[in-house]
Amino acid sequence: MKAFTYERATSPAAAAAAAAKPGAKFIAGGTNLLDLMKLQVETPTHLVDVNRLGLDTIEASGDGGLRIGALVRNTALAADPRVRRDYGVLSRALLSGASGQLRNKATTAGNLLQRTRCPYFYDTNQPCNKRKPGSGCAAIGGYSRALAVIGTSADCIATHPSDMAVAMRALDATVETVDASGKSRAIPIADFHRLPGNTPWIETALQPGEMITSVTLPRPVGGTHIYRKVRDRASYAFATISVAAVLRPDQGTPRFAFGGLAHKPWRVEAAETQRDAKGIAAAALAGATPTAQNAYKIPLVERTLASVLAEGAAA
Amino acid sequence: MNDTHGFTLTRRGALVGGAAAASAGALPAEAQTLTKESPTPTVPVAFTVNGKRRELDLDPRVTLLDALREHLHLIGSKKGCDHGQCGACTVMVDGKRINSCLTLAVMHDGDAITTIEGLGTPDKLHPMQAAFVRHDGYQCGYCTPGQIMASVAMLQEIKDGVPSYVSADLTAKPRVDGQEVRERMSGNICRCAAYSNIVAAIGDVAGEDLA
Amino acid sequence: MKFDTPAGRNPIDQGKVIGKPTDRIDGPLKVTGTAPYAFEQNAVAPGHAYGVIVGSSVAKGRITRIDSADAERLPGVIAVVTYENAGKLGKAKAHTATMLAGPDVEHYDQAVAIVVAETFEQARDAAKRVRVDYDRAKGRYDLAAAQADAPIAKGDKMKTARGDFAAAFKAAPVTLDATYTTPDQSHTMMEPHATIAAWNGDALTLWTSNQMIAWAVRDMSETLLIPKEKIRVVSPYVGGGFGGKLWVRSDAVMAALAARAAKRPVKVALARPQVMNNTTHRPATIQRIRLGAEKNGKITAIAHQTWSGDLPGGGPETAANQTQLLYAGAHRLTETHLAVLDLPEANAMRAPGEAPGMMALEVAMDEMAEKLGMDPVRFRVINDTMVDPEQPERKFSDRNLVRCLEEGARRFGWERRNATPGQVREGRWLVGMGMAAAFRNNMNMKSAARVGVDRKGVVTVATDMTDIGTGSYTIIAQTAAEMLGVPLDKVVVLLGDSRFPVSAGSGGQWGGNSSTAGVYAACMDLRRRIAQKLGFNSDDVTFADGKVTSGNRSVDLAKAAGDEGISGEDAMEYGSLEKDYAQATFGAHFVEVGVDAHTGEIRVRRMSGVYDAGRILNPKSARSQVIGGMTMGIGAALMEDAVVDQRFGYFVNHDLAEYHVPVHLDVPHQEVVFLDTLDDKTSPMKAKGVGELGLCGAGAAVANAVYNACGVRIRDYPLTLDKVLKGLATA
Repeated sequence: MKAFTYERATSPAAAAAAAAKPGAKFIAGGTNLLDLMKLQVETPTHLVDVNRLGLDTIEASGDGGLRIGALVRNTALAADPRVRRDYGVLSRALLSGASGQLRNKATTAGNLLQRTRCPYFYDTNQPCNKRKPGSGCAAIGGYSRALAVIGTSADCIATHPSDMAVAMRALDATVETVDASGKSRAIPIADFHRLPGNTPWIETALQPGEMITSVTLPRPVGGTHIYRKVRDRASYAFATISVAAVLRPDQGTPRFAFGGLAHKPWRVEAAETQRDAKGIAAAALAGATPTAQNAYKIPLVERTLASVLAEGAAA
Repeated sequence: MNDTHGFTLTRRGALVGGAAAASAGALPAEAQTLTKESPTPTVPVAFTVNGKRRELDLDPRVTLLDALREHLHLIGSKKGCDHGQCGACTVMVDGKRINSCLTLAVMHDGDAITTIEGLGTPDKLHPMQAAFVRHDGYQCGYCTPGQIMASVAMLQEIKDGVPSYVSADLTAKPRVDGQEVRERMSGNICRCAAYSNIVAAIGDVAGEDLA
Repeated sequence: MKFDTPAGRNPIDQGKVIGKPTDRIDGPLKVTGTAPYAFEQNAVAPGHAYGVIVGSSVAKGRITRIDSADAERLPGVIAVVTYENAGKLGKAKAHTATMLAGPDVEHYDQAVAIVVAETFEQARDAAKRVRVDYDRAKGRYDLAAAQADAPIAKGDKMKTARGDFAAAFKAAPVTLDATYTTPDQSHTMMEPHATIAAWNGDALTLWTSNQMIAWAVRDMSETLLIPKEKIRVVSPYVGGGFGGKLWVRSDAVMAALAARAAKRPVKVALARPQVMNNTTHRPATIQRIRLGAEKNGKITAIAHQTWSGDLPGGGPETAANQTQLLYAGAHRLTETHLAVLDLPEANAMRAPGEAPGMMALEVAMDEMAEKLGMDPVRFRVINDTMVDPEQPERKFSDRNLVRCLEEGARRFGWERRNATPGQVREGRWLVGMGMAAAFRNNMNMKSAARVGVDRKGVVTVATDMTDIGTGSYTIIAQTAAEMLGVPLDKVVVLLGDSRFPVSAGSGGQWGGNSSTAGVYAACMDLRRRIAQKLGFNSDDVTFADGKVTSGNRSVDLAKAAGDEGISGEDAMEYGSLEKDYAQATFGAHFVEVGVDAHTGEIRVRRMSGVYDAGRILNPKSARSQVIGGMTMGIGAALMEDAVVDQRFGYFVNHDLAEYHVPVHLDVPHQEVVFLDTLDDKTSPMKAKGVGELGLCGAGAAVANAVYNACGVRIRDYPLTLDKVLKGLATA
């Protein structure tokens, strides 16, 4: 961990201003940032501790949905009675992630900003365009079993590791931010995470210093909520793939978002009109470019969807 | 050397053979240069550990785990991975279990921290500690304090109604059963694999047969 | 004492303390976090600094330049030690790779430097600033590619044969010829390798985490080129080893060099991401097994060839070991090949040989049973042997495999298994049962101890034996209590210090039987001395209830010890019984799994077994040893895989998030039953090892259950869901 200076922020705007300076970063739960700082994958020179800014409540939003403060911990969000009742897919996704200890610390905003678990990104001896632009991608042609199969680029095949974000994508959440000037904006979750392209180090739509203040969920969509996380180890493991499903919503077609497939939570709305798992998977994965090691994810998506649809039908 | 063979990497993923030198520990050129004359500025922090007020002046890089182990010499919280991947460092902060390796000590000003040393002593064991001894819920003992801290906090989480990924009904009050306990304890790795005995110890304390 | 004839009745047979399920005497310290592990011995090294090791970023090559100027400029940095300034070092004969690279680099993350600073944070940062340039050389990292040219390894029993395997195999009406692979595996003990080193003049003390104290002294002496007498090694608590701490590693060597350079004590722990590439691992294997049998199931031909790799000068994974002894068959062949690979040092991990060997052999047995249309339990029963099948004149000292198999089957409900795969479904789960034999050799090692009694009647045992989670403290206390007729709470056990008599140490599941036998010897010496002091005829003296009794004379043990106390010391050494008799431990594993019909995820639902390891000294901690092994078997079967990047020559997934070992939810309640047997050929304890037995065969039982559940036979471990899916798709 490189040396840094530390300050406790007193207001969101002040925090954003402090974090806009070169080398500065927010720290909230710290469960991913400190992990990476110890390895010097992340090397901030100034840390802005935002843990005392409040932003830790879940409130009704104006339009019948929920506004989740950026600093609401994953456990608190998963355990909230409104989330459990109306947004079960989100609660279940959160609970599938990490461990009880990590969920007690990890925040809503921080979860969205998790960085990839690609082992080459984590090892500073290895080339990685995300960590060191222009150094190359060791994952391509390397150990890629867990990595992305769609939306990849010649520069990067990393996945986004979050479960929570996959459920939020299925629920059409909106990320609300504030910048150093105090200006706020709302970013649909679909636009929040980016594909790697030729700038894999740019992972979200956030500008330097821009701080997430909350995530809003639209009014409940009803239906049967399922989050299926597929993994070899039964728990405390990242997804090989995951499916967030809202079946039989009050209005419109079912929704399916996927984790473990891409650099962002993966959802193809056009696929949701398909009638069966085969059709949905084929449409959602059109244009996929798996490696030999992760090609299994393609049939796995269809199989998991079939399982989810069967579970939903029985519910 | 003619037989020297290395790799150069093109930016676009492919690896190309050829003679090359590699650098290790290489840092980006923009790395800031500190000198002996500019030591890391320290930050004051005060919290309670096991009910006792502690004031420290710390390099902000010091994790809560290292503050406990290296500065307060409370060695019960273990460093198994230092990356939130094993649970050996589990402590409670304001009653909730966390990985003390993945949080900075200076972030805990004013907090109430409970470590394994605050639970019981060899002469006066906490019921969970006694149950671990009775059921041989350990072997090498290194993950044990973390397992015990997690167990105590986990039972409280169930009592508080926090659901888990294996709860059949998300909206119902969770129960203490074998699968619930195993899922909720999965953030504490035991390579000696006393799992079966740990679950028995937890069941003993909770008054449930979790087999 | 020399143990060269089978044990007769002796004080251990009283079974007042020995053999009783006993809470660990070190338990209260462990559950309260007050047992100090190596890095935590703060009191012994006041004023210590922190060292952080820099590892090589290339797997093979040559250091061309080291620039530590940036590191040394950082605040708090005291010293940077590399091969350029470390002084002359030797290489311990027990080490395959050197502990400090330079100028040649032998493997990835081999130590190239250590940075010492006032604080851990300073040292860790500075370690990243040491710039090392390399000429990267071409390395060999692919076992499959090296297989064809890999010769038979050097050493005993690397090629064994009896009869005419080729002819018998050809003639057999039912045959199997299958190849299995097991991946590289990591010990992944919870406590990373750690050492505090302190010099006092030319004398070195290491507080370290180590399984074999005397080896540690020897290897440090050979590395630092200083006399053994100048080295003290202390290791009272070890946070797991599994073979990974049999020999001192870079933490110990680099801490010693760092402390010398810094002129003060230095603490070093490997960072978790370093452990896998810097230290040792269990090497991957390729194993070809051929079985030939009569239609009645009698094996007539059995061959097991195995290939593994190691650095130049290293050794093989002896995965054909068990095949030399486990099943009958007149015509036999085993071969153990060794390739040269430039991966990190391959070495012993829990049950070296049998652990991966049984993963292959016991699946082959399952496949063969199916070919024969025979129940897998029955197939094993009819091929049991009471003699070493390679040397039929050599009997087993005691062998109860059939009892384990039959008792295990009965308890598990094996008769409910549907022999046709893929027939049982519960919801989304395909459910299957599998079994395997358990087998692990028994070894005995010379072991010494000192035992004293003070004027209060408190017995103190001192031996350099280690407790790596095995329960040594407790079984040694039980042994002394039994031998001297005192309650357990009157016994103090001091372990893990090179100032104490040299023990067997912890490895190869020899520690329990051997170290307690050493304590037995020391207690016999002490009993003799006490009898002599009291003027008793030592032949009819009894030690019971805190008293020493002979005829109608009886003296309190405390009084016998007197103000000055009394002590004895001896070692147990072994004659030829291990050669004269095959000594081994046995068992039978039974497993039920569910395979998700959609996703191919595998979950173990039930797991139990029956085991035979002679006298079980402490059934409570022995059960723990066995469930630990069984769970490691689950890991080996389903998830553990140190993935080699064939381009760069290192284990890519080198942390606990990416190298998966089982977690709580992977492991059901486990039933363990021990047969009530005694083996009088192993030692006066009549015990055998139990620390590795639970692992041997467990993975195969899981794999066989997976096949029974879903009909997919996977011969390449681990059985991850992608491999299941491939089979399900074509099933």
